Amino acid sequence: MSEPSATAAIDPHARQVRKFRLQDLTFHLTTQLFALIVLAALAGILVSLAIEAWPSLKAFGPGFLWTNVWSVPDDEYGALAAIYGTVVTSVLALLIAVPISFGIALFLTETCPLWLRRPLGTAIELLAGIPSIVYGIWGLFVFAPLFAEYIQPPLQAWLGDVPVIGGWFSGPPIGVGILTASIVLSLMVIPFIASVMRDVFETVPHVLKESAYGVGCTTWEVVRNIVLPYTRVGVIGGIMLGLGRALGETMAVTFVIGNANRINPSLFAPGTSIASTLANEFGEADPGLHIASLFALGLVLFILTFVVLAISRWLISRSMGSEGL
Amino acid sequence: MRTLNTLAQGALAATMGLAFSVSALAADITGAGATFPYAVYTKWAEAYQTATGNKVNYQGIGSSGGVKQIKAKTVDFGGTDAPMKEEDLDAAKLVQVPTVMGGVTIVMNVPGVDSGKLKLDGTTAADIFRGAITQWNDPAIARLNPGVTLPKLAITVAHRSDGSGTTFAFSNYLAKQSMAFKRDVGAGNTVNWPSNAVGGKGNPGVAANVQKIKGAIGYVDIADAMKNNMSFVALKNKAGNFIVPNQQAVADAAAGANFKVKGMAPDLLDQTHKNAWPITTATYVLAYEKGADAVKQKDVVAFFTWALNNGQRMAAELGFVALPPNVVKMVEGEMKNIK
Repeated sequence: MSEPSATAAIDPHARQVRKFRLQDLTFHLTTQLFALIVLAALAGILVSLAIEAWPSLKAFGPGFLWTNVWSVPDDEYGALAAIYGTVVTSVLALLIAVPISFGIALFLTETCPLWLRRPLGTAIELLAGIPSIVYGIWGLFVFAPLFAEYIQPPLQAWLGDVPVIGGWFSGPPIGVGILTASIVLSLMVIPFIASVMRDVFETVPHVLKESAYGVGCTTWEVVRNIVLPYTRVGVIGGIMLGLGRALGETMAVTFVIGNANRINPSLFAPGTSIASTLANEFGEADPGLHIASLFALGLVLFILTFVVLAISRWLISRSMGSEGL
Repeated sequence: MRTLNTLAQGALAATMGLAFSVSALAADITGAGATFPYAVYTKWAEAYQTATGNKVNYQGIGSSGGVKQIKAKTVDFGGTDAPMKEEDLDAAKLVQVPTVMGGVTIVMNVPGVDSGKLKLDGTTAADIFRGAITQWNDPAIARLNPGVTLPKLAITVAHRSDGSGTTFAFSNYLAKQSMAFKRDVGAGNTVNWPSNAVGGKGNPGVAANVQKIKGAIGYVDIADAMKNNMSFVALKNKAGNFIVPNQQAVADAAAGANFKVKGMAPDLLDQTHKNAWPITTATYVLAYEKGADAVKQKDVVAFFTWALNNGQRMAAELGFVALPPNVVKMVEGEMKNIK
């Protein structure tokens, strides 16, 4: 009498467990599939870029990377001017953005009154949400004319005669150009760098900082000797994240860089970047080497950005990992 | 009653943005290609739908994209600013007709010189745009402009940074005027501008650069130049007259052109009519001689026949220039080959 009832009691239980196991397995496999889709897409993009770029890579070889020619009428292409513009604008943008972001992050974590922290932090994150085309339009219609009128002439008058440096500020003050693009880019990456810096600064254990304050350190000394050494890797990761964003930024740069396929030592002169060349020329590109070379440019940018972002991720994760020091 | 019903359906579909066909008799037709006529094609499509209930969908993906898509048979008609050559049309079994015209105009920002007061001829313009003349008070410019005070100011050439039919027409015109321009800059959708040049995205980008940069000279569609109230250059035409660009001058250029050629794409640049605007261009549609879907083929012909006969005002409002009536007749004749 009791026998069958006992099995009846165990059976549903065992079935239930098996069902849960199956569910878990399905869930695991499904989510794993989703994650793999991302990897597959990434590999797929890389492969299709390489395939489409192949005619150009075959025609120009590795010299594509360091040839300073981009002539559609002559069907000759080299990426140097675009790589130059991309790297110079991104590096200049970082030179401007990093100190400012550092200041923002320090203010938010160290000296900001508590009631201001949240609204200010949110405002900076909102800045990151503004579509890049808005930055571009603002840069072209508002910033560039002001820059040409009030900033470029004084800069030229002040630094124009200095050897070497003077050359960076030569040429007619037309507003758009490499420097304008760098400044607009710096505004765009500040929110990214500042919020990462703030997050890593917050990982510094209070006990460390308070001990430092306790032995009489000033805020600067605490930042210099406690916060920065503790978060160094994360800070670099944040900067690299900004760099990755700056390298690939398209619309805003296209609007203000001046779009000239050449290298000019002057920062006031128009230039081009990989992303802006793609945005400009893809729509009406001639089939054949032109299209292939644009794909090759895309491939170069893909690899460049991928490497920078991979390094930044690795550095940030290392920094977050050392949290429990 | 039927018309009313169709109209009501059309209005309903338009407000709700429905994707399916509202009329059982006609299929939706899809075209893709040149961005230059995008504004007028979509305007026509909207009015056409209100009038007939049939839907036309046009995507501005660029002229070379338009040619590519029609060859790949993914669209019902293609749009291109650069007409296909006769032999290519024959090889691909396509019919090509012009739909609407436009003009490219030279605009400038020279302090102290008013719109239309600066005169240029083709070779001088070519020298400016290839970077051989770099100052506004250059003797070559002064010689054409007695009585105009030209400032000592550097010239900045403003051009399209994106590949475009506007650049195609403009560079082809200048290349006709000057071998040196053809050699240094070239002719096409994207060309090698000189070192004092700055590129802007789209006509608005060029317009903005010209308006913001003192000493700038650039080229935009007449429509954009008018919309932005820009300063024109008076350009010398083949007959030797200095012409200030307007829609009539574009129409006059077409009046002297011979459209009776396969592909209906005579060279409209530098026409001989005494009032002709020298940089006049047309945009074209491509359709299959024998399409897979007879209904869609008929719809393509119906749409453009309707547009050419009812759409002149809409085109003019957008800054385009309608084809002259005799050319419309010829286009209608040519479209009989779309079966």
